Amino acid sequence: MILTIKYFGMLAEVTECAEETITFSESTVSELLKMLLAKYPALEKKEFQVAQNQTLVSEDAQILNSEIVLLPPFAGG
Amino acid sequence: MSRYSRHIILEDIGIDGQNKLNQAKVLVIGAGGLGCPVLQYLAAAGIGHIGIIDFDIVEESNLQRQILYGTSNLGQQKAIAAKQRLTDLNSTIVVDAFTEALTPQNALAYFSNYDIIVDGTDNFETRYLINDAAILTNKPVVYGAIYKFEGQVSVFNYNNGPSYRCLFPNSPSKNDIPNCSEVGVLGVLPGIIGTMQANEVIKIILGFKNVLSGKLYCYNSKTTQTFTIDIKKSTTEFEKIKSKRDHFEKQHYTKTCDSTVKEMTIDKALQKENILFIDVRELDELPKANRLQHIKIPLSTLNHELHNIDKTKTIMMFCKSGTRSKKAVSMLQEHNITNCYSIKNGITAIENYFKIHA
Repeated sequence: MILTIKYFGMLAEVTECAEETITFSESTVSELLKMLLAKYPALEKKEFQVAQNQTLVSEDAQILNSEIVLLPPFAGG
Repeated sequence: MSRYSRHIILEDIGIDGQNKLNQAKVLVIGAGGLGCPVLQYLAAAGIGHIGIIDFDIVEESNLQRQILYGTSNLGQQKAIAAKQRLTDLNSTIVVDAFTEALTPQNALAYFSNYDIIVDGTDNFETRYLINDAAILTNKPVVYGAIYKFEGQVSVFNYNNGPSYRCLFPNSPSKNDIPNCSEVGVLGVLPGIIGTMQANEVIKIILGFKNVLSGKLYCYNSKTTQTFTIDIKKSTTEFEKIKSKRDHFEKQHYTKTCDSTVKEMTIDKALQKENILFIDVRELDELPKANRLQHIKIPLSTLNHELHNIDKTKTIMMFCKSGTRSKKAVSMLQEHNITNCYSIKNGITAIENYFKIHA
């Protein structure tokens, strides 16, 4: 399946892109994260949540939707 | 009531709605980039009782986005300067200025005096503290946070809705996420996000249906893209906080989150006694801090020169902007040297100080 991954905030600095499409052949969020961490080892140190279909999902959720968002917390004010 | 006539003629507000605004009590934590627009619109809207908590002072680099302050306020306490401005904007409301930091010791007492809490802070430990104290006092929190060109808005703990910990259960690790003073921020961004927070406060007070609860609104000012994400309530996160109630006041939020690094403005640092300034920049970096008595230990060699640091003194470290000096503070903390601070905005702030106090 072709997925569009969006990176918000400082995550886009790690990946050096705000959005990319990848080919994904496995099934869960944790498998997707494993793939992304292999591609971008610096993501390991970052805190973020994953949203699919505009809803936060846990790591054991199935990837169903073609658009995934990686969402970090912001401290600034 | 001609002051509020444009509200009153709105069918959804009317005299009843305006009375609700006039009777509301709102506590704004942080009178910075987010807090300023929040406070400005809440005061203008006639929120009857506004509390401001901020321990910081107005610096020149704040004026690019903290729109309640002017050049004449430089060096003043933000809470006091904000109160002055708001009282001029609307003398019919009550504004309380608190110039101390929010802590686990004072948070519950502060929160119990207000209906709604606004999070306009700039660090994770205070954000988690606000979340937890709001759960314990059962108050809604209007949340806003920014990073460079991106912002987030949500309403937490409202009508049995989710909390900040339901969104981000884990505190980011040390030094992971810098704040505005380290990375910069588009000045207008906190204006947009803070104004949206003020809007949510008013919606809550007026009892509007579609309060931004259970959702995180994300805005990118560079692309003008917005994204709204649904957040589910985690009862486990709520139970964890409620179970800690008895020893809440004894908790140390600074130890569990990012921004554990203590920062201090140069003005405040110079008021302290028995201090040691350390320039942690590389030895050839300019400008030199000629007017400030200090020693030089570059961050790159700090680990090997711990024996050269007089631990009986309060250690104030500075670099160019504050990023390396914060790392230096963490490094010393790891070696159990805890009485140390990073000078906010580094050499830039030091130079400004000596320009003003020439």
